[in-house]
Amino acid sequence: MPADLRTRLGQTELPNPVLAASGCAGAGRELAQFIDVARVGAIISKSIMTEPRTGNPAPRLAETPSGLLNSVGLQGPGIDAFLQRDLPWLLSRGARAVVSIAGQTVREYGALAARLSDAAGVSAVEINLSCPNAEDAGRLFALDPQPAGTVVAAVRGSLRYDIPVFAKLSPDVTDIVAVAGACVAAGADGLSLINVLLGMAIDTARLRPALAGTYGGLSGPAVRPVAVRCIWQVREAFPDVPIIGTGGVRTGRDALELLLAGASMVGVGTAIVNDPSACPRVVRELEEELAAIGADRVADIVSQAHGGHGRVARGLARGA
Amino acid sequence: MSEAAAGPVQVRATVLTSRRVDAYHALTLVAPAISARFRPGQFVTIAVGGSQSSMLGRRAFAVHDVRPDHGGTVEFVFEASGPGTQWLAALRARDVLDATGPLGRPFPVPKNPSRCLLVGDGYGSAPLFGLAARLRDRGSSVDFLLGGRSADRVFGALTARRSGRSATVTTADGSLGARGQVTGMLEQVIREARTEVVYACAPVSVLRDVTAMAGRYTIPVQAMVDVPMACGIGVCMGCALPVTGTDGITRIVRSCVDGPVFRADLVRWDDIGTIPFDALGAPGWKPRAEGHLNAGAGHAG
Repeated sequence: MPADLRTRLGQTELPNPVLAASGCAGAGRELAQFIDVARVGAIISKSIMTEPRTGNPAPRLAETPSGLLNSVGLQGPGIDAFLQRDLPWLLSRGARAVVSIAGQTVREYGALAARLSDAAGVSAVEINLSCPNAEDAGRLFALDPQPAGTVVAAVRGSLRYDIPVFAKLSPDVTDIVAVAGACVAAGADGLSLINVLLGMAIDTARLRPALAGTYGGLSGPAVRPVAVRCIWQVREAFPDVPIIGTGGVRTGRDALELLLAGASMVGVGTAIVNDPSACPRVVRELEEELAAIGADRVADIVSQAHGGHGRVARGLARGA
Repeated sequence: MSEAAAGPVQVRATVLTSRRVDAYHALTLVAPAISARFRPGQFVTIAVGGSQSSMLGRRAFAVHDVRPDHGGTVEFVFEASGPGTQWLAALRARDVLDATGPLGRPFPVPKNPSRCLLVGDGYGSAPLFGLAARLRDRGSSVDFLLGGRSADRVFGALTARRSGRSATVTTADGSLGARGQVTGMLEQVIREARTEVVYACAPVSVLRDVTAMAGRYTIPVQAMVDVPMACGIGVCMGCALPVTGTDGITRIVRSCVDGPVFRADLVRWDDIGTIPFDALGAPGWKPRAEGHLNAGAGHAG
């Protein structure tokens, strides 16, 4: 019998814990040419800002070993177009929508949350904290506990109480547990781990940085061990806070690894660029992985690598 | 075939043939679903390096030809210039690939029979032959102007000579045809062929010059851009291009879904690789007081 993959996200029951990660699925429309978006646990939208935004000049992408560097710069249509066009479309297809928001000021995050409170069908809000704070010389909110917590508090304070808030954290910090703690203290219902790692590549033919934005965010299988480490550390510190684990998931086994580390849901991001069918494929493969270890419910394996909750862990260990 | 174009598909495609064509490679895949939906100007993307490849970006290729044999085949032409294309060039018959297509907007064709000039540079000529057949089917005439660095890098010169009303070839080293770039012969060909429509597929710098020259004769140009892409379906936002809409507003569009064929006079060729200050959503850009995205040409210029 296939394992029960159902997963709870706030008020919403997801058919499975595999989500399309923010920034790699648009608002679902492009992927719908290849997959049934209703069969993905949820679609996390590309980060939405208040106004339309051009993003950064090209070149915006560079391929690195098992990774992609991007400096897209949050190109997007703005919240009005998202609410008028993208969100209704996603819901009309029977998909579950998690809306990622990005702001340049604390106030912008709060205003976006207020707008989303009036929209129907938002399963959760994910706060993209890896944005330059216009009021702090462009330092990313995600880099320090205090600004990260301030944004979470502003969003939590403006958002309808029944929509859960997930704070998406950057791995580019010395103490991710401290930032996670500030977000939880400020009212985050859950955490998303991890966003991209800052990286850089140089085009050796042009003798210049490969990206017009000089630096870019590294994603893809290359960063998966960093994601596993961050999820593990945060789970140890906050065992009751749900985590959306994201970072380099390409296969069902990768998803299983993040679940075992402590994620209760798993985002698939850069793998979609390589394979538009990646999300439903990972769902299928995860089902096979769970069957292979004899797990009846995906919830049973969450965090099991920590070993503390011995009964299930011992029962499920391969060869036990 | 129905004009109600069915969307793209992702398929496991089997390699039918892999062959060298001078400096380039041509790969033919058995992919009936892609072949059946294809219209000239569209492209395919291929995942390279196998299912655990360290190369995550899909490679995009303009389709050279589709044929009905084996249920439907798709052929594309490329230069083995990096690890991904070298991997492709090493494939042999019966190897299986992850292929997606047909993607992007096809070449629009004139409603009335017209004198069309097809300009190609290097393997950029490849997608022009399917277009030529479609144009001739609709009663248009086709002249070719093909160029390349050297004789072995002018793709399809022979086919162009056989099938075009005229065919002009240029090479940078003078090893075939006139010495120089296609732009050096463009005005002469336009005058002699009394061209009414230009189609071009070439590097951006050539497309920019072709657009400017044809513009002096008020000849419309449809340009197929060759911009690096990673996903080919509009999610990665990597293939950004500044293009002015018919409403006069410049937007940063995705070459893969809004192109790869563009009305050339609307592409801001000189601003590629920048964010024009007047583009919708550029830093400092402000929406109109009414705040409607679709409020029309309020921000032109």
